[in-house]
Amino acid sequence: MAEALIQLQDVCKSYDMGAEIVHALREVTLQITRGEYVAIMGPSGSGKSTLMNILGCLDTPTSGIFILNGRAVSDMDDNELADIRNQEIGFVFQTFNLLARSTAFHNVELPLIYAGVPSYDRRQIAVKVLQQVGLGDRMTHKPNELSGGQRQRVAIARALVNGPSILLADEPTGNLDTATGDEIMLLFDKLHQDGNTIILVTHEEDVAQRARRIVRIRDGKIASDESRNSPLPQNP
Amino acid sequence: MNLRTEIAESLRFSWSALMANKMRAILTTLGIVIGVVTVSLMSMAIDGVSKSFLKSISTLGSDILYLEKNAWMDNEDWWKRRGRRDIEMPHVRELNRLIGDRYILSPFAHQPCSVKYRTESISGVFLEGCTPEYAAINSYAFIEGRFFNNNEVDGHRPVCVLGNDTYTALFKGAPAVGHKIKINGINYEIVGTMEKRGTFMGFSLDNSIYIPITRQLADFAWRPNVSIAIKVPDMRNVEEMTEEIRGAMRKVRRLEPGQSDDFAINKQEVLLTTFNKVTGVIASAGLFITGLSLFVGGIGIMNIMFVSVAERTREIGLRKALGARRRTILLQFLMEALMICLLGGVIGLGLAWCLKPVVNHYIPASISFKTVAFALFIAAATGIVSGYIPARRAARMDPVDALRDE
Repeated sequence: MAEALIQLQDVCKSYDMGAEIVHALREVTLQITRGEYVAIMGPSGSGKSTLMNILGCLDTPTSGIFILNGRAVSDMDDNELADIRNQEIGFVFQTFNLLARSTAFHNVELPLIYAGVPSYDRRQIAVKVLQQVGLGDRMTHKPNELSGGQRQRVAIARALVNGPSILLADEPTGNLDTATGDEIMLLFDKLHQDGNTIILVTHEEDVAQRARRIVRIRDGKIASDESRNSPLPQNP
Repeated sequence: MNLRTEIAESLRFSWSALMANKMRAILTTLGIVIGVVTVSLMSMAIDGVSKSFLKSISTLGSDILYLEKNAWMDNEDWWKRRGRRDIEMPHVRELNRLIGDRYILSPFAHQPCSVKYRTESISGVFLEGCTPEYAAINSYAFIEGRFFNNNEVDGHRPVCVLGNDTYTALFKGAPAVGHKIKINGINYEIVGTMEKRGTFMGFSLDNSIYIPITRQLADFAWRPNVSIAIKVPDMRNVEEMTEEIRGAMRKVRRLEPGQSDDFAINKQEVLLTTFNKVTGVIASAGLFITGLSLFVGGIGIMNIMFVSVAERTREIGLRKALGARRRTILLQFLMEALMICLLGGVIGLGLAWCLKPVVNHYIPASISFKTVAFALFIAAATGIVSGYIPARRAARMDPVDALRDE
């Protein structure tokens, strides 16, 4: 197997809510290797969002160790985390989170701007990625001129544009109809086949079933962790 | 992320923010526009007053000392000045004996009078009694004729020299030398007419008439106070020379050592320092008051920036998730505030420029580079100061909370 891309060791996260301390994660230990396709499942309040935030370097654990791609993220400061997110993580959100007043192209270009890529290179890369998700002819459209599926494709292109180690998708089909959702899931399958590491956070069983490994969270702990060797047969 | 792309992205960010809320942007900008208009009008007015004052005061001549009974700008208590003796002609003659070989000096005294030539008569003319040295000290130039000479002064001769306005009013350009006019009913012969001299603090220097001071003191019942104008040959030693003149005058006045001076030596400089002090106070008070309107504009900016930050919380979260550092977010919001303010500054200056003719009606107004730079600087500073706290709030937002914001 390939090296461990993500290594969580006894990770805890608790929030001080004033009256009581809420333990969102309790000593979670998890390893994910490069090229895996993992679904994280759990009911709401299970701690799966907290886990996702930590995996996405949006938040740091209260205790425990998180090593991402060989770098200890657990005790980085705000700006270092911003750089890690920029370079290592590609986010795909349920609500797309596109800049409403910017074109598809500019939305995709944004992480490259934060990475300091020169303008000419930005153009090349962003155009290539947009073509890769099948939106080569929609680059100058603004989000309100695109369908839901197209918007999510823009978001996926944006997530891919910096060549991140992880594609972190939070309920990527939650706001889409079934057909469009399937379309997006097919895109994830393809991206996985291309070698991308994908972490899918969802509470929908059939979405999770597309992954090769399902990690179930309950009450801040890993309840089960099952791997499959072959994906479900793909029939549209 | 290099600064240039960062600024370019910030510009795009703030421009799209402004465009998304045009009405709000216009109203917020209006606050700054009003602030900048008042500040630049104020500084325009102060500039104008200064300029006209300096132009006026230069006619006094920086190298002329005025020996007078009282100081121009006096902080002394009135009872110390109460018993002062007038300066009279014998004093002048004695002073001239003491220092006349080193300085050109002339007594002078003025009062209003009325002048009549045939059927033309004008009143409120500035009658100035003096000696020929006065013309030399002030470098008078003549259209026709000459200034009166020392023989005429010593002989109390009824001769006069007309200032340009007086001459024009009475003679309308015709030759005047040799003609007789009546000053307060007494006949005087014209020996010269003068070139135009301009104004001093809004008063015409040409609405004047000059006669020998001896004649003035003899003819007119109301005796004006005599002053002495003294030309300093070398400005570099002006302090020493002032001391020398003071010493001589003390001797003339028979003052004992230990007695304080019962006269004053006035200089243009004194007016200048006093003026600078006064305008300094007016300027700071005026700018403070007008600055208040800018302050109100600044509060408007801060308010709207807080709204803008709150509205875009999700977007801030997203940008952070995509790798925006604190500084980047800070810069984006600062740029938005700065943009509103600079826009307001430019529009405000444009309005002030349009109002210039109106102001010019009252005082000489000009928009100097200094005013422009000052107004824009103030506008930019307002933007940065009032934008900073909201921008900081945005920059320090927790990405998780920000993304969760509805």
